[in-house]
Amino acid sequence: MTAYLKLDHIDKSFARGGQVSDVLRDIRLTIDKGEFVSIIGHSGCGKSTLLNLIAGLTKVSAGAVLLEDKEVDSPGPERAVVFQNHSLLPWLTVYENINLAVAKVFGRSKSKAERHDWIMRNLDLVQMAHARDKRPAEISGGMKQRVGIARALAMEPKILLLDEPFGALDALTRAHLQDAVMDIHSRLGSTTIMITHDVDEAVLLSDRIVMMTNGPAATIGEVLPVPLVRPRRRIELASDRTFLRCREAVLKFLYERHRFVEAAE
Amino acid sequence: MSIQAVEDTKVKAFPAKPAEIVAFTAKARPRIDLVAIAGKVASTLVPPAIVIALLLVVWQVACSSPTASLPPPSQVWNEAYDLIAHPFFDNGPQDIGLAWRVLISLQRVAIGFGMAAVVGVALGALVGQSVWAMRGLDPVFQILRTVPPLAWLPLSLAAFRDSNPSALFVIFITSIWPVIINTAVGVRNIPQDYRNVARILRLNQLEFFVKIMVPAAAPYIFTGLRIGIGLSWLAIVAAEMLTGGVGIGFFIWDAWNSSRLPDIIVALAYIGVTGFCLDRLVAAVGAFVTRGTTAK
Ligand SMILES: Nc1ncnc2c1ncn2[C@@H]1O[C@H](COP(=O)(O)OP(=O)(O)OP(=O)(O)O)[C@@H](O)[C@H]1O
Ligand SMILES: [Mg+2]
Repeated sequence: MTAYLKLDHIDKSFARGGQVSDVLRDIRLTIDKGEFVSIIGHSGCGKSTLLNLIAGLTKVSAGAVLLEDKEVDSPGPERAVVFQNHSLLPWLTVYENINLAVAKVFGRSKSKAERHDWIMRNLDLVQMAHARDKRPAEISGGMKQRVGIARALAMEPKILLLDEPFGALDALTRAHLQDAVMDIHSRLGSTTIMITHDVDEAVLLSDRIVMMTNGPAATIGEVLPVPLVRPRRRIELASDRTFLRCREAVLKFLYERHRFVEAAE
Repeated sequence: MSIQAVEDTKVKAFPAKPAEIVAFTAKARPRIDLVAIAGKVASTLVPPAIVIALLLVVWQVACSSPTASLPPPSQVWNEAYDLIAHPFFDNGPQDIGLAWRVLISLQRVAIGFGMAAVVGVALGALVGQSVWAMRGLDPVFQILRTVPPLAWLPLSLAAFRDSNPSALFVIFITSIWPVIINTAVGVRNIPQDYRNVARILRLNQLEFFVKIMVPAAAPYIFTGLRIGIGLSWLAIVAAEMLTGGVGIGFFIWDAWNSSRLPDIIVALAYIGVTGFCLDRLVAAVGAFVTRGTTAK
């Protein structure tokens, strides 16, 4: 069986003013359908770059991203991205923001009434139906992030790409949204790749954790499977042996073996 | 005192709009308080009224001597009373009230500036999308933008051989530059995030223009439009002075040729007030349209 998503010997370098900087080198990874994978690594190592490559927003320098054996070379709604800063369009309401995506993706295949139901279903999924007529400026950061997730889900993507989706949120809101994402993942079984800085978050949510070495020319240092049964509950896990072991493994990787070096910036 | 009266009603009519817009963005709409509103209206109207009254007094005193070269307000009032009191009289094709003349001029501005707005936004979007177009065209725009309206007129007359299209062209060419330049800057400043959203959704060029570019650049576009409409009003007066017709611009030229200084002064007041209203109108429309984009 071939992999659902395959990152095949990917290199990425940026050329700027005659200077070439290698950001990623020889990234190899396969991801199964329905899997939840986190990418963790120090700031500036190239996590966002990797996610953008999978999204097709930037092009690989060498190697290939293969989704169901087809090469990814441009962005598209089957690889929806939730950006770190939500990137909702401020002049549209919550409903209209999602409608923009739904009208484009399902404009031909769904009737107007079906599209409306679909938008409301996705808003319900993130519990934001009550704010459908609000503009992004009128809702909180956590709510914006929910809407961003709803917009991505509404595209019915093959792969959901999350770039530090909860990075800018307080701990409580964060925990709420983590639960929401776990819930959605278990209901829809969507293949998900999430970038995070947070070790607990990575262990709680993921089937596997991809740990990246420091840049320049960062690569995958280690892949840690998280053999915790689902549904997972954060309170029970707090003292779970497997959870603690995984957590320690990630911490060791990040803070002992690949400590953040200022010079690498 | 009729000039003052005209200004007063306009002033009243316009600040009412921005006030509504302020309330739109505010989170909680305060209860409507009649006393507070009356106070606010008074505080915006009373100071300019006092200043205008003072200016009229100073003017009256300064121009009262028999050797004064300009007429004092009292003389303007007496000699141009018909123009002041009856803005809408209509005594045949050449002899009409100043309000009609302003409306005829406004019609020209609407056409000329309308074209400038459409073409300017389209060109600005094109220029803003491409670094090289920006680099190449920006200096050209910056130079052309400083050419005064009257300097375009001879060329325009030579090209069109007719006064009406020439006047329209002068308005168009005078007011288009700020629209282009501001739109281009606005398009350049569209956050990469919005572009990424558009790319993921695979919006085509037209969808991107309508759904992302115009709304995202709207604050810049309206700044350009606001500068542009001011320039177009400057241009119409200049253009009409030379091309003739029945607009307010030609009226001034005509009054000058028959030495009716009081008429000119009344016409100036009309022009000033109209220009002020145009500016406020575009500003109010802009504030209304962009109320979502300005708040982050
Ligand atoms: N368009 C670009 N041109 C040149 N260099 C870039 C570009 N994008 C990213 N880089 C460089 O690539 C490296 C990795 O950037 P990236 O944004 O992927 O890091 P990251 O791991 O997501 O960091 P963070 O955790 O802070 O978000 C950085 O050194 C950055 O300077
Ligand atoms: Mg990043």
